[in-house]
Amino acid sequence: MSQVKTKNLKNFSTSADRFEGSNLLCPGCAHSIIVREVLNATNDHLILGASTGCLEVCTAVYPHTSWDVSWIHIGFENGSSAIAGAEAMHKALKNKGRLKQPDLTPKFVTFGGDGATYDIGFQWISGCFERGHNMMYVCLDNEVYANTGGQRSSSTPIGASASTTPAGRISYGEKRNKKDIMAIMAAHGAPYVAQVAPNKWRDMVAKVQKGFSIEGPVFINAMSACTTEWKFAPEDTIAISDLATESLVFPLYEIIDGTKLNITYRPKNVLPVRDYLGAQGRFKHLFTKQYEYIIDEWQSRVDAKWEYLQRREDACV
Amino acid sequence: MADIFELRDYEVWDGNMAASHALRQAQVDVVAAYPITPSTPIVENYGNFMANGYIDGEYILAESEHGAMSCCIGASAAGGRVATATSSQGFALMLETLYSASGMRLPIILNVVNRAIGAPLNVNGDHSDMYMGRDSGWIQIDCYNPQDVYDMNLLAFRVSEDHDIRLPTMVHQDGFMTSHTAQRVKTLSDDVAYNFIGEFKPMNDMLDLDHPVTHGVQTEEDWHFEHKARQHHALMSAVIPKIQEAFDELKVLSGRQYNIVESYNMNDAEVAIVCMGSSVETALEVSNELLAKGIKAGVVGIRVFRPFPLVEIADALKSCKAIATLDRSSPNGTVGALFNEIAGALFNTNTHAVLTNYIYGLGGRDLTKASLHTIYRELESNAESGNVTTPLQQFIGLRGPKLSFF
Repeated sequence: MSQVKTKNLKNFSTSADRFEGSNLLCPGCAHSIIVREVLNATNDHLILGASTGCLEVCTAVYPHTSWDVSWIHIGFENGSSAIAGAEAMHKALKNKGRLKQPDLTPKFVTFGGDGATYDIGFQWISGCFERGHNMMYVCLDNEVYANTGGQRSSSTPIGASASTTPAGRISYGEKRNKKDIMAIMAAHGAPYVAQVAPNKWRDMVAKVQKGFSIEGPVFINAMSACTTEWKFAPEDTIAISDLATESLVFPLYEIIDGTKLNITYRPKNVLPVRDYLGAQGRFKHLFTKQYEYIIDEWQSRVDAKWEYLQRREDACV
Repeated sequence: MADIFELRDYEVWDGNMAASHALRQAQVDVVAAYPITPSTPIVENYGNFMANGYIDGEYILAESEHGAMSCCIGASAAGGRVATATSSQGFALMLETLYSASGMRLPIILNVVNRAIGAPLNVNGDHSDMYMGRDSGWIQIDCYNPQDVYDMNLLAFRVSEDHDIRLPTMVHQDGFMTSHTAQRVKTLSDDVAYNFIGEFKPMNDMLDLDHPVTHGVQTEEDWHFEHKARQHHALMSAVIPKIQEAFDELKVLSGRQYNIVESYNMNDAEVAIVCMGSSVETALEVSNELLAKGIKAGVVGIRVFRPFPLVEIADALKSCKAIATLDRSSPNGTVGALFNEIAGALFNTNTHAVLTNYIYGLGGRDLTKASLHTIYRELESNAESGNVTTPLQQFIGLRGPKLSFF
């Protein structure tokens, strides 16, 4: 495998650029940062898929394309299956000696939002992982149906005001806690499952490269801070991402072969969850007498999850 | 390299086995499938070929029909030969992706073993799924028996994969009546069959790493219409000549003659039944019986349902005085789809035939010869009077009181 050296960010950001800067994503959108970090993690050829969502509608509007690698989109739920099919065709043609470039081994990667991953496309992803296709699935997790105006998904965290679960006089917004997609994907017995954030780019690139080096289905859950729906200024994407990882709202870890869990980032000074919530308009209503108890519940839940992850790591299970 | 399967000149196959052998002979690169009655044996047989070394392509056992067709689309866009099979509810679940496959111009072959669509749940044959697919942009070829299923599968790859066409094809057979009824099938050897289809020639293939392509873009009011128009243009102009060419070559290879519109006893027929699937052969038996009595009663079978051969159908029916269109799908609020198609074909021609519509065989109800005799009798009466002497639409073979409309 041709692996990119990641000495420093400048060196990394000037490596082969196969996702063009020209796209329709919002200024400050973390999707483009994540996609560039994934694509730039390898010099190998890539075959990409995308489910319907922000990334898809902003990068392939005929007669334009932002992609300088082969790319496919079918629908909202089946970006995973599209790439699984392409991967199977590669295998078939390799076996039959019909590949045009038999010496090259492309990587097969699909991107989908949390709606396409946690909700509508879940069955297709589960099928791909159970069958063991040699592919990487990257969830661009912005915790909302951002492409269609901010409706809640099963990744939307408790207390967030979404357009279908808005905060109001008698509601603090979303009532359900975010689905634990990492545990679910690990339970498939996938060889590699990892959670990443674009601000921790070294950690992210290391995980993506690890994923590329492994045979079989790899799941990457990438936190993608959404300036539009989380309601923060476009220039604050990395600052918000830092708050998420430093407060442990979004812990960075990996699960190998469905069982062995490693924490890959430990903040030196853990910030209060309150700081993360307070920086985003979607949680603004929680900072009232009526709903402040939700912030306390948030903190307890984050603490408990961190405790759980550490115990799992210590126990090597 | 897959092993050669030594076939006898004649095999006794049901429609499903005929389809499986055609897929095997086509050396499909990727089959992605999900089992559903009555198409299940197609994928079981294929799995059996695989387990015994007769297949060297990939076989994806998907988690649903939607997943199966989604994998087929990805595989086809990657650049190789792709096929699958389904029925009924599975077809309905696939429907979204069927539009994607045709819109993305991917030559996928789908065996549709026709079955009713619930509710109420029903596993038997009718044409509800075939009709559901008729606006999806696929080529639709209709088979009457296992021999047809074998030949039309081979033909489908050749037509779909032509670079002037690049459209997917459904090969239809009747659930159980054709799919599970063993009949004599004249075979082609593996190499003759493969050469008839030809090698797959990729175009805009994702796996050509030197030439990246973007598949499945978004178009809005600025370009969507042009894309759909080009797709329709390919379907309308390129497909029928290519099918005819394949029919001609198949005749040389096998001696079997197929036609865009199948006409039986139609030379000077005064009354005719137009129908699809296994019913064509039942109607032909009745037609022969009537002919023996001096009654000029013919049968027209739809062979190519999409693109619909409007001119050829009108030509086949031009001498008739009374025509019955038989629809094996619940019309749910209007006349049968075939009635509309035939009416459309005859309108603006010099024909003044009386046209009526019969709904039959839903959920696998048998179409009996007695029913067909009744239909022909009513057609004779229509032909004689020059008017519709019965209700325009009648349900035939239905229990309880007669049901008719218009």
